[in-house]
Amino acid sequence: MILLINDKPNETNAANLAGLVAELNIEGAFALALNENFIPKNQYAETPITENDRIEIVAPMQGG
Amino acid sequence: MTTHNQAWSLADRLLQSRLLIGSALYPSPDIMRQAIQASGSQVVTVSIRRQNPGDKSGQAFWKIIQSLGCHILPNTAGCRNAKEAITTAQMAREIFGTNWIKLEVIGDDYTLQPDPFDLVKAAQALIEDGFEVFPYASDDLVLCQRLVDVGCRIVMPWASPIGSGKGIMNPYNMELIRKRLDKTTLIVDAGIGKPSHAAQALEMGFDGVLLNSAVALADDPVKMAIAFKYAIDAGRLGFEAGTMPQRELASASTPTLGTPFWHQG
Repeated sequence: MILLINDKPNETNAANLAGLVAELNIEGAFALALNENFIPKNQYAETPITENDRIEIVAPMQGG
Repeated sequence: MTTHNQAWSLADRLLQSRLLIGSALYPSPDIMRQAIQASGSQVVTVSIRRQNPGDKSGQAFWKIIQSLGCHILPNTAGCRNAKEAITTAQMAREIFGTNWIKLEVIGDDYTLQPDPFDLVKAAQALIEDGFEVFPYASDDLVLCQRLVDVGCRIVMPWASPIGSGKGIMNPYNMELIRKRLDKTTLIVDAGIGKPSHAAQALEMGFDGVLLNSAVALADDPVKMAIAFKYAIDAGRLGFEAGTMPQRELASASTPTLGTPFWHQG
């Protein structure tokens, strides 16, 4: 299935956010939003993903 | 007599420094680290951005910031409506492990002026969600008052547009905000260009200053960080000491009694 990850199409076999994070091998400090809604880490396993979902993956960055 | 650096309360924290400093635009990560340390600031602003899997630059930055031992103030820079700002704040809270959020909701691309309507809306929603909201506002008294009305304990009116370095554009508005919101912690955020601007803000009675470009874009950011540290201490001391009243005409400071060659005309 195709997802939009950070606005770019991405093929995945994962069924939920936990599977997607493992598949992408995301490490360190990060957070996720699914279709513009924040999903806490403790809900990844129970949050299914479906075709054309929009995922934002963010990490720390410099800011003023 | 304590002459400087008296502790003050910012939200739930007790701080010595009244300077809040940004982490962007420095020539290098090492100069950023040195400048933040030299400034004496105990609060550093950070942000979040999209990260592609495999890109570890954000993690390296975060390790440097953590090593400084400062309080973290994440921002919602770049957000253009309440929904984006709320989601960004929630992601920042999880990443940085703090309920502090510098709330930015931009309403105009050229001035980076906040959208007052969505700013108040987002502030209210985030306070209800347990955040300590530091709203970036313009120097509009009614906007600042509305932010207090929805529960903000801290309000951050701008001196002038972000990154402009113009200093306090409208001292009348700023003095009015300080006078009317006398129970609110007020931080001057954005537009500070040089140390005298920061000193002016503190002399007016503002509780602190948040800046980034003025230090990061200086020829020598570390030296400028030290200059701001002294300017902010000087401004605060000046405020606490109480400035003399202005007069319309001259008034000699040297006593006239006994002036040589003086004679009654």
